[in-house]
Amino acid sequence: MINPTLVLVQTLNGLQFGMMLFLFAAGLTLVLGIMNLVNLAHGSLYMLGAYFAATVEQWTGSFLLSLLIALPVTFVAGVVIELAVLRTLYIRDHLDQVLATFGVILFLNEAVRIVWGATPLYMSAPAFLSGNVALASGINYPLYRLSLILLGLVVAFLLYLLVAKTKLGMLIRAGAANREMVEVLGVDIRLLFTAVFGLGAVLAAVAGIMLGPILSVESGMGDGVLILALVVIVIGGIGSIRGSFVAAIVVGLVDTVGRAFLPGFLATIMPHTIASAVGPALASMLIYIVMAVVLFFRPQGLFPARGG
Amino acid sequence: MAESLLTIENLTKRFGALVATDGVSLAIEPGEVHAMIGPNGAGKTTLVRQISGELRPNGGRIFFEGREITPLPTHRRTHLGLVRSFQITSIFPDLSALDNVALAVQVHQGHSFHFWRDAREERCLRAPARAMLEQVGLIARAAVTAADMSHGEHRQLEIAMALASEPKMLLLDEPMAGMGPDESQRMVELLRGLKGKVTILLVEHDMDAVFVLADRITVLVYGRAIATGRPEEIRANKEVRRAYLGDGGGG
Amino acid sequence: MAPLDLLKTREGLVRTVFMAALALVPLVAYAASELFYVEFATRIMIFAIAAVGLNFILGFGGMVSFGHAAFIGLGAYVVGLAIYYGVYDGFVHLALVVVICGLAAFLIGAVCLRTSGLYFIMITLAFAQLLFFVGVGLRQYGGDDGFTFRGHSTFATWLDLRNSITFFYVVWGVLAATLFFAYRFVRSRFGMALSGIRSNEHRMRAIGLPTYRYKLVAFAISGVICGVAGALLANLTQFVSPEYMHWTRSGELLVMVIMGGISSVFGPVLGATLYLVLEELLSSATEHWQFLFGPILILVVLFAKKGLMSALKIAGLSIGGRAGHG
Repeated sequence: MINPTLVLVQTLNGLQFGMMLFLFAAGLTLVLGIMNLVNLAHGSLYMLGAYFAATVEQWTGSFLLSLLIALPVTFVAGVVIELAVLRTLYIRDHLDQVLATFGVILFLNEAVRIVWGATPLYMSAPAFLSGNVALASGINYPLYRLSLILLGLVVAFLLYLLVAKTKLGMLIRAGAANREMVEVLGVDIRLLFTAVFGLGAVLAAVAGIMLGPILSVESGMGDGVLILALVVIVIGGIGSIRGSFVAAIVVGLVDTVGRAFLPGFLATIMPHTIASAVGPALASMLIYIVMAVVLFFRPQGLFPARGG
Repeated sequence: MAESLLTIENLTKRFGALVATDGVSLAIEPGEVHAMIGPNGAGKTTLVRQISGELRPNGGRIFFEGREITPLPTHRRTHLGLVRSFQITSIFPDLSALDNVALAVQVHQGHSFHFWRDAREERCLRAPARAMLEQVGLIARAAVTAADMSHGEHRQLEIAMALASEPKMLLLDEPMAGMGPDESQRMVELLRGLKGKVTILLVEHDMDAVFVLADRITVLVYGRAIATGRPEEIRANKEVRRAYLGDGGGG
Repeated sequence: MAPLDLLKTREGLVRTVFMAALALVPLVAYAASELFYVEFATRIMIFAIAAVGLNFILGFGGMVSFGHAAFIGLGAYVVGLAIYYGVYDGFVHLALVVVICGLAAFLIGAVCLRTSGLYFIMITLAFAQLLFFVGVGLRQYGGDDGFTFRGHSTFATWLDLRNSITFFYVVWGVLAATLFFAYRFVRSRFGMALSGIRSNEHRMRAIGLPTYRYKLVAFAISGVICGVAGALLANLTQFVSPEYMHWTRSGELLVMVIMGGISSVFGPVLGATLYLVLEELLSSATEHWQFLFGPILILVVLFAKKGLMSALKIAGLSIGGRAGHG
């Protein structure tokens, strides 16, 4: 009864979603692990990246140009936010950080509405990535989405190289495991923080820009992703990029495939009326159920960076 | 001979190749203040942690009031009356001194699923708490928030809270650590006041305090108990002098 | 008897004056023919109840829950659905709210409390989202648009909650009762144990208290109080929607508590008042009020963390017994 084409397509969708989630979550988990900062405004950087890119694309018609310009601009915006608000939050407790960055979200969501209006913006994918790819006989899949999966893998690989093979990466790993130690070793902690924050901001912006053509660019678009990313980090383990990667893929797949097939699956084992009532709700709950189960057995997540 | 309160039989603890406790046997008599001294690294804290239940020995047995407690976890030993006071002071900083001790009394008395009566009006909590603050010399500071108290006062508060669980034996791990001369003096007075009422196993570096307080002293060197006896005996013991003063200590 | 020290302490004074002033609102509004203020003040009181409820675990117990709006929403749905299906009995509503919200809080707390710190914040947030999506998924009840209904909880034939002024005083009564319970709770043995857990959980466990179950019971009580607030909210608005459970609503609830003062029992009432009044003023001034509200929130968090109660220089806290109580 289940169409194999549909399964393949949804699996790929799930992977694509997971990859972008990983890009977004990687920055969040690093900032959390190293700087012990809960930055709810991470989603706002994602949103700003998308808005800047959409605007540039409208002016120039070029996706590539929009990427090239929006990234540094978002990076600058991130630095401004860091200097204005986040700097003072490093020493505060998590509640303060949550509430203050919540204030940043409110501010930026409204700011975006003031500047760009409430109607969503649209982005189109670059011409050279449009169209479908034939995966097998009769199965077509959008090239753009495939490229996102590829992008995710490339970024994951680059991050791996960064973390495992470079000096900065070593500091990141050390910082995630034991922040005080790194300070004692004489590392300029502020520089490390800025570097980590900047990296996270760029990754979030990339995710926002790349997803722009698929999702609509609107105020508050970062909020939903933020919640999902928090689920990813909790499952994967705070401070662990590897954990974020695995968890993001799991979340992406479970959510996408779950939403696509659970209602139908339920219809085979229970009366149709109940299945159509319960199915969609249950599908939305799936990733939270997964999170609860993971936390029940491993309260620190799958790959905790901290020693314990 | 009256039965010992705490008996340790041939206790051994290894950390890899390092032997931290090397076949230690010891008997602590009820009512005595028994001090444990020794050079740094002798394994005193390791031994205390095995007695309190935080560390599992590799060999040997421990008896409390005649009952073997070697496999028991810490909270069970606390219930039996064997209480350890923390080396790192751990009190409730935002509560007053009296509330700190009253809370310890409250927990000792049983469950706390009472939602109506004002706990600060309950005599059965406040009276014992005051008595304990009195005993440790902190009664004048009863209303002071713990966070505003000095390090020495924290230590006194620690002991008051330990007393709240009506212990039969107290394990005090370096109570005088980090204290100036005045505070140390107050602590010595406090402990002197407890002599006879509670059995105490005391680990300390402060030799003046040790020789004033202790009924008996055990000397630990490299994990082995090299001597046990009354203070005068220990002071005169050649092996002890050698361990502390190096070869050829006085006549 | 401390809770009735209504005029003896500075805090008692603030409390008494405020509650008395509140009680006069309907009279003033009626005289001025501005019944809107009665409903607005009722709304404030409902959120004050919820904020006090949240503070049971936040201020008293040190647990930062970013998902408590879920219980408000749950309480609202219980009443909304009951009336939808023709059940108007207020006592049945109350019983259902207590049982359902209590159970939900118990189950959610049981999982969440296995974690602590940041994980706890995030997992409470996630559970609230879960309930939000359940609401959205209930398409037959309006999905994410929610549904409106006509009807109120009926407790007695002479108590007509359709009347705004009657309803106001009922809510005032519930707020007063909640505060009374909160004051007794915080000073009880359970409250003391909870403040010990907040102050030094490791030490509490070391002296023999099984902290998990105490936190869980506090979490459940807190959830029920928020549920009751939700039930009142449904009565007020005659409308129920998953929006009530959105994570930003949980954020707002946290802000209310912080603004008022996390370490006092009455603080959250002031905080809820301040928040909703500010929201009302700003949103009538401009549609882009959140542009101003965001920075205000940031400033409050950075500089006025101790909240309004502290700003009013109330000596001493009523929780955990700082200096002043023998």
